[in-house]
Amino acid sequence: SWRFFFLSFRKIYTILKNSLLIIQTKSKKTLARPNVKNIVLVEGVRTPFLLSGTTYSDLMPHDLARAALQGLLHRTAIPKDVVDYIIYGTVIQEVKTSNVAREAALGAGFSDKIPSHTVTMACISSNQAMTSAVGLIAAGQCDAVVAGGVEFMSDVPIRHSRKMRKTMLSLNKAKTLGQRLSLLGSIRLAHLSPELPAVAEFSTSETMGHSADRLAAAFGVSRVEQDEFALRSHSLAKKAQDAGLLQDVISFKVPGRDIVSQDNGIRPSSMEQMAKLKPAFIKPHGTVTAANSSFLTDGASAVLIMSEEKALAMGYKPKAYLRDFVYVSQDPKDQLLLGPTYGTPKVLERAGLTMSDIDVFEFHEAFAGQIMANLKAMDSDWFAQTYMGRKSKVGTPPMDKFNLWGGSLSLGHPFGATGCRLVTTVAHRLQKEGGQYGLVAACAAGGQVSDTHVQHSLVVPAMIAFCTYAKHLYEL
Amino acid sequence: MCFPLLIFFFLPHQARTHVSYELKDDVAVIRLNDPTSKVNTLSVQMQAELTEVMGEVWSNGAVKSAVFISTKPGCFIAGADINMIQACKSSEEVTSLSREGQKMFEKIEKSPIPIVAAINGSCLGGGLEFAIACQYRVATKSRKTILGTPEVMLGLLPGAGGTQRLPKMVGLPGAFDMMLTGRNIRADKAKKMGLVHQLVDPLGPGLKPAEERTIEYLEEVAVGVAKGIANKKVSLTKEKGFMQKLQDTVMGLGPVRKQIYKTVSDKVQKQTKGLYPAPVKIIEVRDCKGVKRVFFFCFFSSNFGKLAMTSESRALIGLYQGQVICKKNHYGTPEKEVKKLAILGAGLMGAGIAQVSVDKGLTTILKDTAVDGISRGEQQVYKGLNDKVKKKALTSFARDTILSNLSAQLDYSSFKSADMVIEAVFEDINIKHKVLKEVEAVIPPHCIFASNTSALPIKDIAAASKRPEKVIGMHYFSPVDKMQLLEIITTDKTSKDTTASAVSVGLKQGKIIIVVGDGPGFYTTRCLAPMLAEAVRVLQEGVGPKRLDALTTSFGFPVGAATLADEVGIDVAAHVAEDLGKAFGSRFGGGNVDVLKTMVEKGFKGRKSGKGCYIYGKGKKDKSVNPDAEEILKKYKLAAHPAISTDSDIQYRLVSRFVNEAVLCLQENILRNPVEGDIGAVFGLGFPPCLGGPFRFVDSFGAERLVGIMKRFEDIYGNQFTPCQLLLDHAKNPSKKFHK
Repeated sequence: SWRFFFLSFRKIYTILKNSLLIIQTKSKKTLARPNVKNIVLVEGVRTPFLLSGTTYSDLMPHDLARAALQGLLHRTAIPKDVVDYIIYGTVIQEVKTSNVAREAALGAGFSDKIPSHTVTMACISSNQAMTSAVGLIAAGQCDAVVAGGVEFMSDVPIRHSRKMRKTMLSLNKAKTLGQRLSLLGSIRLAHLSPELPAVAEFSTSETMGHSADRLAAAFGVSRVEQDEFALRSHSLAKKAQDAGLLQDVISFKVPGRDIVSQDNGIRPSSMEQMAKLKPAFIKPHGTVTAANSSFLTDGASAVLIMSEEKALAMGYKPKAYLRDFVYVSQDPKDQLLLGPTYGTPKVLERAGLTMSDIDVFEFHEAFAGQIMANLKAMDSDWFAQTYMGRKSKVGTPPMDKFNLWGGSLSLGHPFGATGCRLVTTVAHRLQKEGGQYGLVAACAAGGQVSDTHVQHSLVVPAMIAFCTYAKHLYEL
Repeated sequence: MCFPLLIFFFLPHQARTHVSYELKDDVAVIRLNDPTSKVNTLSVQMQAELTEVMGEVWSNGAVKSAVFISTKPGCFIAGADINMIQACKSSEEVTSLSREGQKMFEKIEKSPIPIVAAINGSCLGGGLEFAIACQYRVATKSRKTILGTPEVMLGLLPGAGGTQRLPKMVGLPGAFDMMLTGRNIRADKAKKMGLVHQLVDPLGPGLKPAEERTIEYLEEVAVGVAKGIANKKVSLTKEKGFMQKLQDTVMGLGPVRKQIYKTVSDKVQKQTKGLYPAPVKIIEVRDCKGVKRVFFFCFFSSNFGKLAMTSESRALIGLYQGQVICKKNHYGTPEKEVKKLAILGAGLMGAGIAQVSVDKGLTTILKDTAVDGISRGEQQVYKGLNDKVKKKALTSFARDTILSNLSAQLDYSSFKSADMVIEAVFEDINIKHKVLKEVEAVIPPHCIFASNTSALPIKDIAAASKRPEKVIGMHYFSPVDKMQLLEIITTDKTSKDTTASAVSVGLKQGKIIIVVGDGPGFYTTRCLAPMLAEAVRVLQEGVGPKRLDALTTSFGFPVGAATLADEVGIDVAAHVAEDLGKAFGSRFGGGNVDVLKTMVEKGFKGRKSGKGCYIYGKGKKDKSVNPDAEEILKKYKLAAHPAISTDSDIQYRLVSRFVNEAVLCLQENILRNPVEGDIGAVFGLGFPPCLGGPFRFVDSFGAERLVGIMKRFEDIYGNQFTPCQLLLDHAKNPSKKFHK
């Protein structure tokens, strides 16, 4: 069953696209720049991504993050004291562990001398964790940083109403029995209704599913197109899972339960089955359904990022270079989910590459309709000229290079953890498919009003012969 | 040159310009667009083409359903063509027009194939009646999509079946509310009321501009629904809930219906005081169940016809048209658009001006001399916006974004980048001069200095200016966010570009604008002053505030004269009476100014001080006559002159002074035309809308008759009632009219 796949929190507001260029093998050309440090992805892992409310349901968020960290330690055998810093991304915060990075690190047995912090940037929170790590290394602050992300939707903080909270806080301060009784007496039925995490975007009061449906309609994306894309995602994910390609997944022994070692949201269906579903947000004529949206997911991810120098000195064979990235943001109402369209040409220009240079594309699939809308926007001269100030269209990524091992629609989308999965998947696909450049794009919530472009940029330098790496990598 | 001919030959029919249609599978999509106007109206041409197209659609066996949609952005059908109604010479002509409309709508209602109205933008009056004759309605949730029956505001009734179909759709109370208030209903509310079946979200930009794609999407959804109805997948009858059924049953009971009609009639009578025939007719037309349908339609068509010929309807239509004229900038595009506005004085006025500016995207500085002042002012702006949030007309996020346009400060910092400064400081020429000099020392050369004064001549204020061409008057009315009028005052030296800028800012603030010449009291204050002087005399003669209020409201003023004085402020009234008394001499006499002065001395400054003619309690309606004020009146008691003290005499004493002064303003070129005079008096001072303003009043009442009445008063009170030359001219020659 598709059940509640979605609970859109204070998601998408800015669209923010994060793009990481990953280079490898075949010597086309190097993207290294003089006087900029080379930064590498050494390893990336994740817990299996599970539908929320299933096997992980009795855990806490830091438990999942702990599992990912321990998996990373196990895979890399890195001495715990070599890690200089730990950064985690998350969206819905468990109030007891608001710096979930720190709790998870301590729980995973890292030294208590390693500082850690938590970042939040909606669906690209772990992208933010990774780029923060890149920043720390580039600035010479650190040599080895663990970045990751976690999301736990089986339990979310549900609060008392504001009225009730106010009464309870006053109760704390009440000195006499009389004061207490009068406060208790002021409680009405209305005080007792709970407050769920915001279902709608704070700035526009619109849920993300609703926004995605409007976006799909704006670009004329049909229901069939969306269902087809969702089916493609599930089929490819199933194939990748069966072929054992999802090497980033680690096994996790859940206390009191069995060992979990596979994602459980992958379920290829048929077009007929999918066509039966009713629209989930815009009724009765909408096109976004449970089957063509990503579902509520529990999961955590982690990556080890190092300066190339340090990685080589320690005898690692890095999986990829992390070359460049860009964040953009625009109108939270009508262009909420169009980040990839805006960000892709920017990051390509920064790197001096074109669309055709890229061998592997990994785009975050929030909704099938959102992906299709982005593809149509990238294919439109009018859109590029009217909204992006370009002379001509961005161009679309070829589908035979696009999300070939499934995506968020099928593998699941634990908001804070997806970014690391995308980057690790690009590295693994480059290795498997023998490509050189990969590109990651994801859209997310949060940010500024209107079309201000927030652009964070970081430059990474130095010449390295990556042919050598190709050899190493192929030997792995 | 033969090109147009070619087109003619290749078209199967004579080219239709307003209505077109195409087949999408078995759905006929009928598109409306009047190429000659900004909005679609049910003009003769539109109706003729519609009838023709519907004939073709109905006779085409391949068509299983139809969709009506407008391709005009922001407008479905804005109503009947007012010019068409105005062009009618007799009520019979209007009646036949109305009957034509009804016939067409009835055909649509009984259409053999389902018809879906796809609504984006204004759907008003005849447009709404058209839409509710269709079987199904889909509307966009756009802010521009509004539904309503504003006919009552033009002194008419929904003339094409609305009075019959609306109650079936939204229930009797809802229908009365719509028809009697004429208010606009937004799409989401319309859905809740049952006026539309389905809503469509407006889209953002995609592969086409947002608005264009939204209309296309609306059409796609409507076509889908039309197909669904045709093949019975979409049901037209909604299963009613228990409460709805119960309500319907109760409403159907004879005594209950009677009670509803009675309540509504009483309420209407109370509010209109019998001055407006349209609401009464609306109830009458509704309240005749049992009359055979055919007769029935004839019956209310003739009522529609009769209403259209009433002077009230002519007056209200005149106001509507005047308002359209006064919402245009007749002075061209200003050289530099005002983006940053600075306001001096954060009092009720200053903050009110800020309130209507920040939400229109103007960067606004609110400057005062005291921290308390700006704190109060900022709170007023916040409250204004927050009240909208409470009514769900605004999100809290939008409120915050809007407030980011406002900066409150005590000094002149950043005035150097202001494009316009509006001063709303105390009404004292020395203070005005002081701030003018201070401001001119810091503002850039292009910056305009506007004074929000209600009586001080602008040229006196400009006398202290180094650049009088940049000085202008902008007279706002309190409360600024509610009162629609803005009176702009130009001096001989004010440049045309300065005027253009002031008008453009006013329009942005959503105001109806009149531009008048300079002089003591300009136009509005100058008309009001003699009437208030007369009101004071009437009070001195022993007519209590309550009776004075009753006399004025029963004449059609929305607010009684005594209450009005309290609202304006007794101190302001005293100030104005004294200033204008000096300027115009005994003509502005009447009541004793000392009455007002004594009241001010005792602290009875009107509503703002809690006491004036009345004592104001906490509640809005909670007021009783102030006995201390009555004491003062007794002290200044005058003997009433029995020959001119009947109720009707008192009313005409008040009104004739107002009207005479207005006509004098036109004679002296303070006013540019009678239209602006009528608009200013109605929207700024509450002159009875059913009379259409002082000039339309003279036209319909008869100048000769008015002069006759004034002569009677003149015999006793002298020059205060001497008719001005222009009024005498009109009295001499009855063919002379202010309005054509």
